[in-house]
Amino acid sequence: MSTRTRTWRRLLRDPQAVVTAGILLVIVALGLLAPFLAQHGPNDSDLGMVNAPAGTPGYLLGADESGRDIFSRLLHSINTSAVSALIGTGVALAVGVTAGLVGGYFGARTRGATEWLFNLVMTFPGLLLLIILMPVTGGDYRFTMLIFGVLLSPGIYRIVRNLVLGVKNELYVDAARVSGLGNTRILGRHVLSVVRGPIIIATAFLMGAAIATQSGLAFLGVGSKEIPSFGDMISSGFRNLYLAPAQFLWPSLLLGLITASLVLLGNALRDTLEGSRPKPAKVGQGQRTDVRTGPAPVAGTAALLEIRDLTIAYPGPGGESREVVRGAALRIDRGQTLGLVGESGSGKTQTAFAVLGVLPAEAVITRGSIVFEGRELVGLTDGEMRPLRGKQIAYVPQEPMSNLDPSYKVGAQLVEGVRSALGVSKQEARTRVLALLGRCGIADPPRTFDSYPHQLSGGMAQRVLIAGAVASRPKLLIADEPTTALDVTVQAEILDLLRDLQAELGMAVLLVTHNFGVVADICDHIAVMSRGEIVETGDVQKVLNDPRHEYTRTLLDAILDDTTVRTDPPPGAITEGADR
Amino acid sequence: MSLLDVTDLRVAFPRRGFRAKPVEVLHGVSLQVGAGETLGLVGESGSGKTTIGRTVLGLAKATAGSIRFAGREIGELSAKERRALAKDIQVVFQDPYSSLNPAMTVGDILTEPLVVQGATVRDARARVRALLDQVGLPADAADRRPAEFSGGQRQRIAIARAIAPEPKLIVCDEPVSALDLSTQALVLDLFIDIQRRTGTAYLFISHDLAVVRHISHRVAVLYRGDLIETGPAATVTSAPDHPYTRKLLVAAPVADPVEQRRRREERRRLALEGHP
Repeated sequence: MSTRTRTWRRLLRDPQAVVTAGILLVIVALGLLAPFLAQHGPNDSDLGMVNAPAGTPGYLLGADESGRDIFSRLLHSINTSAVSALIGTGVALAVGVTAGLVGGYFGARTRGATEWLFNLVMTFPGLLLLIILMPVTGGDYRFTMLIFGVLLSPGIYRIVRNLVLGVKNELYVDAARVSGLGNTRILGRHVLSVVRGPIIIATAFLMGAAIATQSGLAFLGVGSKEIPSFGDMISSGFRNLYLAPAQFLWPSLLLGLITASLVLLGNALRDTLEGSRPKPAKVGQGQRTDVRTGPAPVAGTAALLEIRDLTIAYPGPGGESREVVRGAALRIDRGQTLGLVGESGSGKTQTAFAVLGVLPAEAVITRGSIVFEGRELVGLTDGEMRPLRGKQIAYVPQEPMSNLDPSYKVGAQLVEGVRSALGVSKQEARTRVLALLGRCGIADPPRTFDSYPHQLSGGMAQRVLIAGAVASRPKLLIADEPTTALDVTVQAEILDLLRDLQAELGMAVLLVTHNFGVVADICDHIAVMSRGEIVETGDVQKVLNDPRHEYTRTLLDAILDDTTVRTDPPPGAITEGADR
Repeated sequence: MSLLDVTDLRVAFPRRGFRAKPVEVLHGVSLQVGAGETLGLVGESGSGKTTIGRTVLGLAKATAGSIRFAGREIGELSAKERRALAKDIQVVFQDPYSSLNPAMTVGDILTEPLVVQGATVRDARARVRALLDQVGLPADAADRRPAEFSGGQRQRIAIARAIAPEPKLIVCDEPVSALDLSTQALVLDLFIDIQRRTGTAYLFISHDLAVVRHISHRVAVLYRGDLIETGPAATVTSAPDHPYTRKLLVAAPVADPVEQRRRREERRRLALEGHP
């Protein structure tokens, strides 16, 4: 319930939604009260009143060319429009949603059939078909709207089908299937709830389309003359434009108000349900900082990177700021490897991002300093960071695949990076990249160079990214969980590669990880992070063998060691002889 | 007789393109899981371990071979028969974020399967309270949505959903891989605790030998669609026969620099011998 009430409350706070919905409600109410508000029937004509001006007693807005009460016709036209909108969208939703659920959820063959059918419907020329079918519908606008609904349904079908295709492979749908739920129930409970939002939005636009089409047909004079409708009224006002221009004005105004309200309401719904409010973007400003009394950079320190008292805060939902890193202090000497260890949410990645200068736009560095080779990094703009990033400080990410652009060949991406970092010619960069790929353990460098990312395995992709990162011989390599997404055997090879490259290039490495085994394998020093604070630092051997801080001890104890094997036998033990 | 008996299972997936040959991901796998037993299934990505689990669950189709559950062939069941089997075979998936419907409350997630299997709503509600207690979650969790829980707590909700119908077998597909270290140990202990109390069997799929060693009675090692080694957990995970299992074992880093250096050298030695 709570999310639904929250959505309602957000909608009620949006002036655009409240005003447009209010206008529509008032209009619909006026239509429903038409028999009581209007003194004349919509088709009662009084020849004495032909083209009576507005304000004539009993004829609030005057009378038209046939002496009919314009006010009464206006109110009854609202009802015609409302019924058109309900029938048109109702049919479009019923057909489109059902077919979309079926076509998206079931196999490729069912989808092929629904797809073909709706493509066929889309080829019909809509308005023309409605006019041609007039003899069949007998001029009744309700039948016409029924057909129009079918013509609108492909749009809904496509929305629903695409959403269902996305949801179908979610694990919770699999889980529901394993729980013994039938297809109908899964579609109704688990799939429909996801497609609800976009359907509500589309409905507002469809209603506008149905009303406009019905009015358009009436304007052309197609269909029954007995039914009061905006189109018919505008057409009659048009003929009388030079005699009584106001006759043209009233229906146009009301029709315009209704369709505009529907479109604006649809936009407001989209903003609320899909959360597409534009966020202010920062360009070139660098990371936001709020450091007033930063400690002065220490000159002559041996450290390559020194972080002191670093505090990073994010704005919370209520406007207060939430600190994700609090007073962190780190130091890495040249050629050294530091393992930054912590559980998810401990702030280890945020710390690494701050060094790279790539914190998200909402994040603010509220305190502290990051000194790299004697230079303060906190407060630098993107332009000032660029000569450092990718050249002096390189980065290897956790997910190798999502850090390669799928639409360019691997080689082209690496050459681009090398050229921007080193300023060499294209040919020179290509030679260097090929050599680096070979150095990073890729068996056939020219072939990998000409591959697209999806043709590589995860381990290969990580080798490619490492090759790109070390191309400029950086002084510091920041690796954020570089092996977490890889198999253990591949992880061991990548760690070997990192170790060798480090020795060869003499670079320092900041390795962010949650795995103590990885730290033991490759790091000289370790820093343990918990809830935004660094709780323990020191030599790897010392910290792992004799942890001082309670939290480090808890983490080390949680490691599933080599010796514990399950000893209690299963109740229905089967004999070993049955095994292969 | 074992509870689950998979014989010569082959699974192939169709490939895109006209008359493209399907890719076979399992080349005749046979394994058994006894009642109340945990069989750990270890393999790297692409070895086909998840496919075995999905085939047992009826989410993927076998191209050849048989899957017998409690003596009955379940490879070719109708949709209705398959749904009836939901009482006996359940699942816990890897990703606790996408395995729970974000739009439903925890209470609805847990009562739904019970109601489908014929419990009244009132009974189901009472059962949910007991289930939440069993997996160590507060009773008021029922009124909240999955987004309000941490990864470890969500996995407890998924476990509660799996044990709700008191199944005989639960397929656990990497259920602790997405969790933090300290949470991982707690959730594994919960799995063991539940097994001791209810006697349900686990087909426990993981890439992590340490996790499998912790929970399994027997371990099977899968390599590129073939089972290469099966045996008691203690043997397979500490003194394996097959060179690939040995390679897997020494590749996992340990949190001790000295021991890790020894492992690294052993791994290099194994690599020089040129095994898979």
